[in-house]
Amino acid sequence: MNSQTVDRPAADSSPVTNAKLLRLLVSARLRSQTAYRGSFAADVAGQMMLALTEFVELYAIVHNIPTFGGMTFAQALLVFAFASVGFSIGDLILGETDSMSEAIRTGKLEVLLIRPLPVLLQLMTSDFQLRRVGRLVFALIALAAALFLTDIQWDPAKVALFIVTPLAGAAIFGALFVGAGAVQFWLLDGRQFANAFTYGGRYVASMPGAAMFLPLQVFFTFVVPATLVAYAPSLVLLGLDGPAGIPSWTGWLGLPAAVVLWGLMLLLWRAAIRKYTGAGG
Amino acid sequence: MRAYWELAKSSFRRHSTYRLAAFSGAFTNSVFGLIRASLLLSAISTAGGSIGGYSAVEAATYVWLGQALLSPLGIFGSAELASRVKSGDIAVDLSRSVNLTASYWAQDLGRAAFDILPRGVPPLVIGALVTGLSLPTSAGPYVLGFVSVLAALTLNFLGFFVINLLSFWVVEIRGYWMLYMVLMNLLSGFLVPVTWFPQWMLDFARATPFPSMLQTPVDILAGRTDGAQSLALVGVQLLWLAVLLAGTQLMVRYGSRKLVVQGG
Repeated sequence: MNSQTVDRPAADSSPVTNAKLLRLLVSARLRSQTAYRGSFAADVAGQMMLALTEFVELYAIVHNIPTFGGMTFAQALLVFAFASVGFSIGDLILGETDSMSEAIRTGKLEVLLIRPLPVLLQLMTSDFQLRRVGRLVFALIALAAALFLTDIQWDPAKVALFIVTPLAGAAIFGALFVGAGAVQFWLLDGRQFANAFTYGGRYVASMPGAAMFLPLQVFFTFVVPATLVAYAPSLVLLGLDGPAGIPSWTGWLGLPAAVVLWGLMLLLWRAAIRKYTGAGG
Repeated sequence: MRAYWELAKSSFRRHSTYRLAAFSGAFTNSVFGLIRASLLLSAISTAGGSIGGYSAVEAATYVWLGQALLSPLGIFGSAELASRVKSGDIAVDLSRSVNLTASYWAQDLGRAAFDILPRGVPPLVIGALVTGLSLPTSAGPYVLGFVSVLAALTLNFLGFFVINLLSFWVVEIRGYWMLYMVLMNLLSGFLVPVTWFPQWMLDFARATPFPSMLQTPVDILAGRTDGAQSLALVGVQLLWLAVLLAGTQLMVRYGSRKLVVQGG
């Protein structure tokens, strides 16, 4: 962070570029987040605890039984870890679009619209939530532990899949957050409706898919691609067969699904911004 | 007394304006119910019939009652007081001739009275259709269950009120809020019944007020506990109620001295 630029932007005579504006917004955000130290520390601790409780929830089920949805504890941990890494990156970058209805109601969106930058880009950078890094750190530790505990027969294709999976997962959750933000332009009071797909998707992604009712398996694979984030690629890596609704070839669908979903959600987002008529501010 | 009744009524009306919010909340609670029920049922069938004293239909009932009650019980709380401290509007609240805690509690009761139908019934109907429910056939569990729901709702209110009251001392409470939510979600039995926990975690959860905030009313309403056990559980709830109430009263007393409201 270059504090010189931040403290005295007017004294800098070079032209104001988009990159400079973004840097200004991000660094101001970061400083404001750390201003209340007690709350910030509790916040980071809370994010790590949140990741921990998500893990404990899985553990509270699995420690009672030898396998869960056909997976051992270590295999289920791999699914959980992939989903957590993907979700925490997606949430870190685009989680803020989740509170779009509040931005609309309070008129904050109008402030974003008059700046000469795309709204989505501003949401991605201006509300970068430092505290959410705590969750990502925990997720990466879980992923390392899962790799250590499971026995994967590596080949080049599996290595590629392993690298692509968390990135595709982050992209899928990012797209879901953008979609959740977009529908709030129509359903101002219906914010919770979108939670079924974003947070519901996270919940589904982090569990062995075979443990779900068949219609849920199909829906969360082919409509909302939540099982493609972690469970389906884990099946391929571990050499396991998938259940009826999530055949193991779906393990390779993560990246294509992310691309398609982004296309659809960006269209939805554009329609939403066009529909916006202002809060009268 | 009349003032509190009016506060509760206006809060009921305020929440009944947001029908779409209630509908979308019920939808999302039902989707989560489907996911949670299928996970627990899958685990129970692998275990060969029951885990932690819950058979398949009992675990499903646990999930659906929990999903139906979580909005009325106020599991996700309200940050209204803290935002009024931030804006300075708290000065108006404190200059009124009503008790601060009681006036917010009355408003929370009004909210809960509205939430119970539009947000509570849909998950139960879906549960009855998808997995079936095991509900008691005698009146006792429902009567005691009602008392327990009322106690749990008040406990949830007081728990979040404590976090809100921290704003008298610190400007930003979001982190404390987050930490509280995470602990409460896990230890209240919101995710899985606390009897599914490993022993050390179960002991820890039972030493906190959190199981009294969700698991207790759900178990009593489902008829899982007999009369004497239910009475004992409600007794535990009342004990925690006294502790939290004393805590909030102390915080209000010392916090309002500490409070600085800027400007006029």
